[in-house]
Amino acid sequence: MVEPVLRIAGLCKSFGNLIATDDLHLDIGQGEIHAIIGPNGAGKTTLIAQLSGELRSDRGQVSFAGRDITRLSVPARSALGLARSFQITSIFPNFTALDNVALAVQAHAGHSFRFWRPAHLDPALRQPAAEVLERIGLDSRAHEQAANLSHGEQRQLEIAMALATRPSLLLLDEPTAGMGREESAQMVTLLQSLKGRLTIVLIEHDMDAVFALADQITVLVYGRAIATGRPHEIRASAAVRAAYLGTENADA
Amino acid sequence: MDPLLLLEQAFNGMQFGVMLFLIASGLTLVFGIMDMVNLAHGSLVMIGAYLATTLVAWTDSFLLGMILAIPATFAVGALVEIIALRTLYRRNHLDQVLATFGLILFFNEIVRIVWGPISLYSGLPDYLSGQVEIIPGAPYPMFRLVIIAVGLLVAAAIYVIVAHTRLGMLIRAGASNNEMVGALGVNIKSLFTLVFALGAVFAGLAGMMLGPLTSVEPGMGEPLLILAFVVIIIGGIGSIRGAFIAAIVVGMVDTVGRVFLPGLLRVFVSDAAADTAGPALASMLIYILMAAILVVRPRGLFPAKTG
Amino acid sequence: MNRRQLWLSLITLGMFALVPPLTEIIDQPFYVDMMARVMILAIAAVSLDVILGYGGMVSFGHAAYMGIGAYSVGILSYYGIDNGFIQFPLAMAASAFIGLAFGAMSLRTSGVYFIMITLAFAQMLYFLGISLEEFGGDDGMSSMRSEFAGAIDLNSPIQFYYLVFAVLAMVLFMMHRLVKSRFGMVLQAARSNEKRLQAVGFPTYRYKLVAFTIAGTICGLAGALFANLNEFVSPDVMHWTHSGEIMVMVIMGGIGTLIGPVLGATAFLLLEEYLPEWMELLMTNAGEHWAIVMGPILIAIVLFGRGGIHALFARKGSGHG
Repeated sequence: MVEPVLRIAGLCKSFGNLIATDDLHLDIGQGEIHAIIGPNGAGKTTLIAQLSGELRSDRGQVSFAGRDITRLSVPARSALGLARSFQITSIFPNFTALDNVALAVQAHAGHSFRFWRPAHLDPALRQPAAEVLERIGLDSRAHEQAANLSHGEQRQLEIAMALATRPSLLLLDEPTAGMGREESAQMVTLLQSLKGRLTIVLIEHDMDAVFALADQITVLVYGRAIATGRPHEIRASAAVRAAYLGTENADA
Repeated sequence: MDPLLLLEQAFNGMQFGVMLFLIASGLTLVFGIMDMVNLAHGSLVMIGAYLATTLVAWTDSFLLGMILAIPATFAVGALVEIIALRTLYRRNHLDQVLATFGLILFFNEIVRIVWGPISLYSGLPDYLSGQVEIIPGAPYPMFRLVIIAVGLLVAAAIYVIVAHTRLGMLIRAGASNNEMVGALGVNIKSLFTLVFALGAVFAGLAGMMLGPLTSVEPGMGEPLLILAFVVIIIGGIGSIRGAFIAAIVVGMVDTVGRVFLPGLLRVFVSDAAADTAGPALASMLIYILMAAILVVRPRGLFPAKTG
Repeated sequence: MNRRQLWLSLITLGMFALVPPLTEIIDQPFYVDMMARVMILAIAAVSLDVILGYGGMVSFGHAAYMGIGAYSVGILSYYGIDNGFIQFPLAMAASAFIGLAFGAMSLRTSGVYFIMITLAFAQMLYFLGISLEEFGGDDGMSSMRSEFAGAIDLNSPIQFYYLVFAVLAMVLFMMHRLVKSRFGMVLQAARSNEKRLQAVGFPTYRYKLVAFTIAGTICGLAGALFANLNEFVSPDVMHWTHSGEIMVMVIMGGIGTLIGPVLGATAFLLLEEYLPEWMELLMTNAGEHWAIVMGPILIAIVLFGRGGIHALFARKGSGHG
C-alpha cells in the first residue's frame, strides 16, 4: 500500500468523563473519499475538529503528507493544504459570495499585510474566486450578500471557500446537512466531480450520499472505529448493522 | 522592615481584599451566568453607601440602619435588573457596555440630585470606633476588623449557597451552560433577578462599610469597579473561589506594595529614584500582576466556563 | 462606499473646512477652538472604530493611547524639546509601542475578558499618570504648543485648526484605503467569523494585533494634537470615562463607518456643550444635572438607534457590511 495522505495514530480526546475519540487509528489514502459514519454523539465532529487543529488532542498523532501536524494551529494546517467545511454553515454573512471565496483565495496568496490597494479590484483574487464559484455553480449569485443566499447555496459556498484554498485534503462535516432531496443530489454530483483530484474525509448522515461517494467507510461508535472497509463490506457487516445501520434505517 | 507594620498592613490588605471580593462576587456571577458586562455594578456600591448613611441617620442607630440598608439595596438591585438590564442580556457586549455606561451617568446624577454633590461622612458608634490589640503592642481599628469578619462571613455564606443549595446548583449550571438551566424547567428570569439582586446586596454591603472609612460621594464605586474587574480577570469569570483568592491577593499586593515598595526599591537604586519610581510602580503593581497571570493563564486562575 | 456615503463624507469635511471663515463672519472665534476639539476627538473615534466597528474588538481603553500621545508631547516640552517634528513622531511611536504591548496581551483573550483587560490596562496608565509627581501628578502640567519651524505656526488658532483638519482628512482617507485593502478584508472578516477565518488559513491574532497597534498609533496622534489644543496635559485624558465617551461617539455617529465617528464626535461634544444650556432654559439650575438626560439618551441610542447618525443620511451601507 502506498503511503497514506492522512495517518491518524492512537488519537484520543475526552471532555471530562465523556470520551469523544478513543484510541483511533486510521489511514486515508491519496485521492480517496473516506466516509465516517456513526450515530449521533459518536464523536465525528470532534474528530474533524481534531484533524483541522481546532481542538487539541489528548494523545495520539496526526500526520499529513508524511508530516506530523499534531501540534500545528488551524491556519498552519490550512497552509499545508488541509481545508474544512463546517456542519453549521460558517460563512461571512455580510460579504458577497464572491468576497467570501476571494478571501479564501487571499489566505493562500501571500501575507495580507497589504494596506493600500483595494482587494475588490485585485484580479489575482477575484479571478480564481470567480472560477471556483463557476465550478460550484454559484456564479450567478456571486454578487449577492452571503446572508441572502438560500441554505443550499450557503452550503455550496462553504465548499467553494474550502476549495478556493487549493487543498489536497478536504474535511467535510455533513455537507448535505439541512438540504432537500434535490439540493443533496446536486451536492453529491459536485463532490463526485472532485473525486480523484482531492482526498476527502466525509462525515455524512445521508446514507445514499455516503454509498454513492465513498471509497472507504469507517463506522465510529463512542469514539471508536468499530469497522473500516469498502462500502459493500460495511453494508454486509453484521456488527455495523447491529451498532448503527439498523437504527439509522429505523430513523429514516 | 518593621514586623508590626507589616502585620498591620497585612490586615489592611485583608480588609481591602474582602471589600473587593464583596464587589467582585456578584459581578463575576452576572458575567458568568448571564454573559453580561455590567459597568453599573459600581453604582450599586455607591447606592448601598448612600442608603446606609441615610438610614443610619434616620433610625439614629448604626446597626439598625445598616441592617435596613440590606433589603433596600436588594430592592434597588432587583428593580435595576427588571427595568434596565433584562433587555440587555440578548444584546452584544458592546451594547451592554454602552447602556450600562449610560446607567452610571444616570445613577451618579440621581445621587447628586437627591443627596447633593458634597461628600457625606458617617461616623461610627462608640463600640466600633475603638482600637483592639490584635497582638500586644499592635493596636488595630475595631471597625476594620469588623469589615474583615463580615467579609469572610459573607464569603463563607456565598460558598455554602453556591456549593450546597439548589440555587447554587443552578448558578453553577448556569455559569457553564445556560441552556441546561432552561432545560431544567427553572424560571430563568427570576433566577437572574435573584442572582443580580444578591450581587447588588454584596456590592452595597461593601459600600455601606466603606462609608465610615472614607467619604460617601457620587462616583465612589467606579474605581472599585475596575479593581473588581482585575479581580475577576485574575480569578476567572464566573468563579466565586477564583474571585475570593484573587481579591485577597489583589488587596494584599496593592496595600503592602504601596507601603513597602519605595523602601524596597531604595535597596537597589538611589533614594531619589526610588521615591519617584516607588509610588508609580506601586500603583501599577496589581495590573502588572494581572498581565503576568494572563500570559500564563488567559482565562484566569479558575475558569468556570470550558471551551 | 456608495455615492451617498462619499457625498456625506465630502460635505462633512467641507463644513469643517468652512468653520474658520464662518466664525470670522459671525465674530465668534470661540468656535474655532471648539471645532478643533471636535476634530481631534473625531480622529480618536475613527481610530477606535477601525478596531471596534470593522474589527469587532471592543476595546474599552482607547483613551489611554490619547494619553500616551498627549504625555509624549507634554514630557518632551517639559524637558525643553518643543520641536513638533520630534514630538509628533515620538508620540506616535510611543503609542504604537504601548498599543502593541497591550494588544499582544489583551488579544489572547476575547469577549468580556477583552473588554475588562483593555479597561484595566488603561486604568493602569491613568494611575501611573497620577503617581508621576514630576509631571504634575493628578493636577497635570502645562505644555507649550509644538514648533514646526518653517512650516506652520500652531500658536495661530487658524493654522492649528487647519493642521487638525488636514490630519483628520488624511486619517479618513488612509483608513478608507485600509478597510478596503486585503488587510481590511481580513479585519472585517475577523469581526463576523473569526473561526472561519482561521479555517481558511489566516493566523488571525497577528492581523488583529497589527490593527490594534495602528488604531493606538492614530489615537496617539490625536493625543499629541489634544495636548497642543489645551496647552495642558493631565491624567484625566486617560480616565476610563473618556474611553467610554470615545466609544459613545462611535456608536452615536455610526459604528462600522468612517465618517460616522466624525459625526458622532460632533454630536457628542455639541450635546455636552449645549445640553446644559437647553436644560437651564427649562428649569433653573437644571443645567448642572445634564448627565441625567445624557445617560438615558445613551441607553436609547444603544437600544433603538441602529446605525447612528450615519444611518439617517446614508442608505444602509452594503459595502461596509
